[in-house]
Amino acid sequence: MKPSWGLLLIAWVIAVAATAGALFIGEVMGMTPCLLCWYQRICMFPMAIVLGIACYSEDRRGAIYALPLAMGGIALAGYHTLLVAGLIPKAWIPCTAGVSCADQKLEILSGIQIPWLSLAAFLLIFSLLTIYLRKTAK
Amino acid sequence: MNSKKLTVTILLGIVLVAFAFGMYNYQRRVQSSQEQKITQQEGRLVRMHSPVLGPQNAPVTIVEFFDPACETCRAFYPVVKDLLKKYPDDVRLVLRYAPFHQGSDKIAKLLEAAKRQNKYWPVLERLLAEQPSWADHGAPNLELAYKAAEQAGLDIQKALIDASTPAVDGVLKQDIEDLTAFEVTKTPTFFVNGRGLSSFGPDQLATLVAEEVAKIKK
Repeated sequence: MKPSWGLLLIAWVIAVAATAGALFIGEVMGMTPCLLCWYQRICMFPMAIVLGIACYSEDRRGAIYALPLAMGGIALAGYHTLLVAGLIPKAWIPCTAGVSCADQKLEILSGIQIPWLSLAAFLLIFSLLTIYLRKTAK
Repeated sequence: MNSKKLTVTILLGIVLVAFAFGMYNYQRRVQSSQEQKITQQEGRLVRMHSPVLGPQNAPVTIVEFFDPACETCRAFYPVVKDLLKKYPDDVRLVLRYAPFHQGSDKIAKLLEAAKRQNKYWPVLERLLAEQPSWADHGAPNLELAYKAAEQAGLDIQKALIDASTPAVDGVLKQDIEDLTAFEVTKTPTFFVNGRGLSSFGPDQLATLVAEEVAKIKK
């Protein structure tokens, strides 16, 4: 087992854990995801599948396909984190009837907020994939 | 299968098991906290104003928090009626309003007004039957609902006046206060003699009712 494959595996495990966590909060705990969470889900869920196949069949291209998803996720989660932290004025976003993205209701492990976790996951996956791709470049 | 494929498969299995385990635990915790609230505040379960179907003094009471615009409530209505038919002397149904959908509060008030004309159950059945036509969640067409109620024999002019009285408003407010206290977030939510469903479904409801009926037969 080459050590570089381990990087890909860790990236996949993070994506799967994040996917399972998001589904748990949404489906089991019954919290409706806000708009920004939906877009982060769009980036995270495919990675759980693409990176899984890449690990299973040891396919380097899987990491390439997942990379833009990770980058998109960083952008969205970064924006969401700043929004929850109050560093971006709320007035920028028009109000809709749905769930508020700025009014963060869920905290786990004494005060860790979900958008931070999301950002951390995307950043980690992005770093792992980048290192993996460098190491396996011909 | 090489070691890599095996690793991926095992990890996936672990995540799935952890998810299922977490789900089971979470649902158990929610259910027990809800049942604890019910034992503490039993008076909230059935109110004097709540409509009852079946024998008034039946030993087994199905309390259903329902929304007249909810499709699943519509689908459950015949299921619940069958249960009442199966145990004609032992089970009664108590309806509580959970107007989560847009416009449902108006329909709940109309139903309360129908009760004053002794047309509660025919109007409810008609409204449920016609639900697909009037209960679009984005834009419910209340006119169609009123028309359906009229076809069930309701004096709609009188009913609309009755529906706007403070007494009817109070009924709805009370029901909302009670459902908030019991943390009811979905419709339909059933409590059979204060016990909730372990998981949602018609078979689970039938089992729970059968258990409670068996208890009183002992």
